[in-house]
Amino acid sequence: MASKVIHAYYNDDEVLMHAVKKVKAAKHHIEEVFCPFPVHGLDKAMGLEPTRLAITAFLYGCVGISVATLMMNFIMIEDWPQDIGGKPSFSYIENMPAFVPIMFELTVFFAAHLMVITFYLRSRLWPFKKAENPDVRTTDDLFLMEIEIHENESELRELLAESGAVEINISEKNSH
Amino acid sequence: MASHYEAPIRKALVVGDKGYHDVTVDIAAPVEGRANKHWWIVFSIALVAFLWGLGCIIYTISTGIGTWGLNKSVNWAWDITNFVWWVGIGHAGTLISAVLLLFRQKWRMAINRSAEAMTIFSVVQAGLFPIIHMGRPWLAYWVLPIPNQFGSLWVNFNSPLLWDVFAISTYLSVSLVFWWTGLLPDFAMLRDRAILPFQKKIYGLLSFGWSGRAKDWQRFEEVSLVLAGLATPLVLSVHTIVSFDFATSVIPGWHTTIFPPYFVAGAIFSGFAMVNTLLIIMRKVCHLEAYITVQHIELMNIVIMLTGSIVGCAYITELFMAWYSGVEYEQYAFLNRATGPYWWAYWSMMTCNVFSPQFMWFKKLRTSIMFSFFISIVVNIGMWFERFVIIVTSLHRDYLPSSWTMFSPTFVDIGIFIGTIGFFFVLFLLYARTFPVIAQAEVKSILKSSGEKYKKLRDAGLPTYEITTPLVGNKVEKVVEEQINEVIEPNEKDVSDLLGTLGSFNADTDTADDLKKVKGIGPKMEVTLNQIGIYTFAQVGKMTEKEYNLLDSITGSFPGRAQRDDWAGQANKLNSNK
Repeated sequence: MASKVIHAYYNDDEVLMHAVKKVKAAKHHIEEVFCPFPVHGLDKAMGLEPTRLAITAFLYGCVGISVATLMMNFIMIEDWPQDIGGKPSFSYIENMPAFVPIMFELTVFFAAHLMVITFYLRSRLWPFKKAENPDVRTTDDLFLMEIEIHENESELRELLAESGAVEINISEKNSH
Repeated sequence: MASHYEAPIRKALVVGDKGYHDVTVDIAAPVEGRANKHWWIVFSIALVAFLWGLGCIIYTISTGIGTWGLNKSVNWAWDITNFVWWVGIGHAGTLISAVLLLFRQKWRMAINRSAEAMTIFSVVQAGLFPIIHMGRPWLAYWVLPIPNQFGSLWVNFNSPLLWDVFAISTYLSVSLVFWWTGLLPDFAMLRDRAILPFQKKIYGLLSFGWSGRAKDWQRFEEVSLVLAGLATPLVLSVHTIVSFDFATSVIPGWHTTIFPPYFVAGAIFSGFAMVNTLLIIMRKVCHLEAYITVQHIELMNIVIMLTGSIVGCAYITELFMAWYSGVEYEQYAFLNRATGPYWWAYWSMMTCNVFSPQFMWFKKLRTSIMFSFFISIVVNIGMWFERFVIIVTSLHRDYLPSSWTMFSPTFVDIGIFIGTIGFFFVLFLLYARTFPVIAQAEVKSILKSSGEKYKKLRDAGLPTYEITTPLVGNKVEKVVEEQINEVIEPNEKDVSDLLGTLGSFNADTDTADDLKKVKGIGPKMEVTLNQIGIYTFAQVGKMTEKEYNLLDSITGSFPGRAQRDDWAGQANKLNSNK
């Protein structure tokens, strides 16, 4: 289904923040905002949910430490116990000081990599992915607000122009 | 807005009259421009050094470790010295990007990208040494915890050498994804500026299709913060574990509990020195003086001074503990270091690492670029000697005086070391030509709080932004046209002169091009050009200095801009790709 969207361009992050608040106050749904750099507070102003990536990192870290423990318990204690330097490996807990470095490293390894992979997949970032910013200037110095039009073009135009947009375009958009 | 407030006492981190677009242009410039002669000269030298090192590595592997200067007593020398030296250098990158991120130090943003690049490239060099030392590097996978063909014989998880394998590979891979994630928006910036389809494709591929949605940025910031939180203990653990290689042994001179913190401080020390060495050159060559300012160099010098003093304390503590332990072997190891046949190495280390950073107490010296560069080189040399002293002086006189000996490196030892320096610079020079060397998205996010332009506005009591509403109640294009009509009154003669050389545009036979594709031509300038009668790339492509000057006199805006951005050259390229 093709729908019509309005693109409002801003050349300043503070103007953009004011505009977002204004548009939200007028009860319009902001489809998307494209920015060249992170604008602090924008997600809250747009009403985006907080991200849960940090929670996933914690869970992945738990997986990492479990993998490390199970692996070293199997290798060093169960499968081939050795007596190294007069310290026989019959119990994981008693031999644990020597295993701490690897438990730590694998925790970090799992947490970091799996969180980044989750981020890339959730934000649809991978090699050969086509960029979806509607204007190339949004990675340079322009901020772009996208709002869907439902028979209210002139009203939106008026509102956005008043909010300090430097350019306003109407375009067709194929919804996914 | 309050979020951009910064205490007036803070000095500007971006100097000059820089807005968002200027940051883009300045940081894209080294990538979009051509390499000059100096780059090619340095690159060739580095490449030759690398190839020589490669030859020495091949010789070592095909003949054996006997090609090195090792002997029965000194059975570990330059290989492990170089390994620890490179790993140490590899610490500053993550420290700058992770620890300074947690402490919200804004000055990290101009230097974190290059420091992380340095980290990755130097850890690659470090990793080479254990692999070469294996003798049969194709069996390197034996260090992984996999069951092998001899039955279920496993790697030994009690060994610090195996901890090293895990620590270094985790560190390298996590640093790499941290670096790459930060690079995505900057690659996207280069992608969106690229004119040639090949570059557009490459940077499109590297940027993973980054679009800069608000949600992406929210996740990006969270991921950066969590990665910083994970990388901080990681970076401390890596050199701790490297020091365990020595500390868990029973060799006098190695068997000390002070090693982990002492090695970590030394690593930060040498890493910051290498960052200073690289960035002092890079800011000059890539014209980034506005972003990597003297203040940045000064702050790095303070870190060097602080960590150098910590290292000095550690040296003295080591001496004290040797004496206080009452163990005569331990006492002899340290007496021998300072006064034995390797006294010159010990005192070079002391001079370079403990005395030389103390000059940084003087503001005049730590803000001098030449002096900072000099000290950074001295520290790099000193830290190499530190590892040499710890390793070789502890081994060369063991418990059996009949086996006491000296170590002398062969040309292969030296060649491999020089080769890794060459390899490092090959990688770094290629990086400097193809990657955005400053995290431009992050710099833009602090520009309003820490840029000189906005600081001046705030000091003058002016707002840092204004809401203009030229679009109210009108069609966009029309307003733009009207505004420009007010600004310029084209002189008839100038216009006809200009069109005389560029050729006029016939609306019936020719089609207008999108002149905005030329970098430097915005929507307003396009309208102006159209008014004059310039509609096609072919016309713009014919412009020379004379026409640029004519154009400047007609439009009166952005004098010299067309020439700087080379509109004609760009337009010709665009025209041939049409």
